[in-house]
Amino acid sequence: MIGERSITLVVLGLLLAVVAWALVVDEPFTITLATRAAILALAAVGLNIALGIGGMVSLGHAVFFGLGGYAMGILAYHAQSFSALDLGLVSVAGTKSMPVIWLVALGVSALAALLIGLLSLRTSGVYFIMITLAFGQMFYYFAISWSAYGGEDGLSIYVRNGFPGLNTLVPIQFFGICFALLCAALFLNARLRASPFGLALNAARQVPARIETVGLTPFRLKLVAFVISGAITGLAGALFADLNRFVSPTMFSWQLSGELIVLIVIGGVGRLIGPVIGACLFVALEHWLGGLTEFWHVYLGAILLGIVLFARGGIVGLLTGREGPHV
Amino acid sequence: MSNPILSTHNLVKAFGALTATDDVSIDLFPGEIHALIGPNGAGKSTLIAQICGGLTPDSGRVVLQGRDVTQDSTAARARAGLGRTFQISALAMEDTVLENALLGALGASHRPWRFWRKALSDKALCERALSALERVGLADDKDRRTSELSHGQRRQLEVAVALTLEPRAFLMPEPMAGLGTGGSQRLIGFLDGLRGEAPILLVEHDMDAVFALADRISVLASGQVIATGTVDEIRRDPAVREAYLGEDA
Repeated sequence: MIGERSITLVVLGLLLAVVAWALVVDEPFTITLATRAAILALAAVGLNIALGIGGMVSLGHAVFFGLGGYAMGILAYHAQSFSALDLGLVSVAGTKSMPVIWLVALGVSALAALLIGLLSLRTSGVYFIMITLAFGQMFYYFAISWSAYGGEDGLSIYVRNGFPGLNTLVPIQFFGICFALLCAALFLNARLRASPFGLALNAARQVPARIETVGLTPFRLKLVAFVISGAITGLAGALFADLNRFVSPTMFSWQLSGELIVLIVIGGVGRLIGPVIGACLFVALEHWLGGLTEFWHVYLGAILLGIVLFARGGIVGLLTGREGPHV
Repeated sequence: MSNPILSTHNLVKAFGALTATDDVSIDLFPGEIHALIGPNGAGKSTLIAQICGGLTPDSGRVVLQGRDVTQDSTAARARAGLGRTFQISALAMEDTVLENALLGALGASHRPWRFWRKALSDKALCERALSALERVGLADDKDRRTSELSHGQRRQLEVAVALTLEPRAFLMPEPMAGLGTGGSQRLIGFLDGLRGEAPILLVEHDMDAVFALADRISVLASGQVIATGTVDEIRRDPAVREAYLGEDA
């Protein structure tokens, strides 16, 4: 059977090959699709740290995705309207700089993950799922009623934000940024799971009682993992908003949280490259099947059903011939 | 007499009308194996849970190395030097044998907050884990998945993880459970040599093991300690014969 490392390289290589082909035959829309896949993959890579390694089934990761999106939307909105952003004590100018927006998105979603984690990690199982879902809905309805930033209609940003030295409006350049960040997140994820922290977190999922008797606290391990996880998904949210040049409350919707879980389950829970495979497949189906029939979700459902019934390790599990999520 | 490493003082724990632990005071002195025996339902598991921190007693105290740990979490007690094994193996089955042993080393070093360096390339951690695996005879199996181990090997790994903590006192609920005669004999030999490192509070059904290992025995029945003494004293005690050894003796 194939090693997991080679699958990772092949999948990333394939994604690059598709983009290279699109560049040669001048199909910018395909590049945009690949960018969308890379961003969704990044969001799911974030969730995979909580879900795959830590065993936290969060049905509220759209919170971080949405916060990243709104961080971008609000900063860019104030920059394009030349208005100051009033933060109570201080007021700051908006910005169109991607690196700054990313830092804000990372910070805001990490903070939200800390607060949500502090409360929801006191529960587990179905209660954890429900409480994260509840947080998601809170943010969703808040965004809908937040008329200062478009409320239900969302917020349009006219020009994509800038990155020093690049023209982000050129699809291939923006893809490059997203792909680089995805690779960075995958690398971080790989290091994390082999580190002492990853070892302890992975065991905290499997045998919490054991972790306590070696003197560690599962709650703290999981909280830190949840924060890292939320921050990465938040970063993906900022990129997603930049891709569409549009932010709306749907980024906070529970369907999006569910989709992120579906991506991971399709690719393989806890597998490094699982979310990337899931996201590419999802975007491809959404595009091709979505072009053929309005009811493409039925086929997605059938695929999901097949994987859950016959390939518990997801597509990566199928390829490596190993069910367990461990590398 | 030297001070006990681990002791309980008048522990009481009731579940409704059932007093599962009824005024239990036991001591574990340096260098000894203290066996805790008793028929099913005598309250052994409840007592163990209170010593480890899984249950909070209604009254009484748990003292570890002179410090009251009654209100401390399981993790805090482990850090204070209490090393336990599990009756039903609690091992990360998806991980390798070495990774399981590393968990103990990781906990003992108090440094799980490292996110970048590979755990397997941390020399200090790995040496600690490997030496524990060597002592229980699992060094050759270090790269196997734990789920592939036999029941006996899992029992050995349980002990190895506790060893990596270098605890001041061992708490071992039924370490022999499910082991064959050969396996039991080996483990008895190993535990025999371990008492010099740290005393062991041993809960065991296997009477041959108890009589072979124990320096002192406490007998628990209906939540109370009905006798504490040397092997010979316990064998002769009429109350014990009635409550526990009953038909066999």
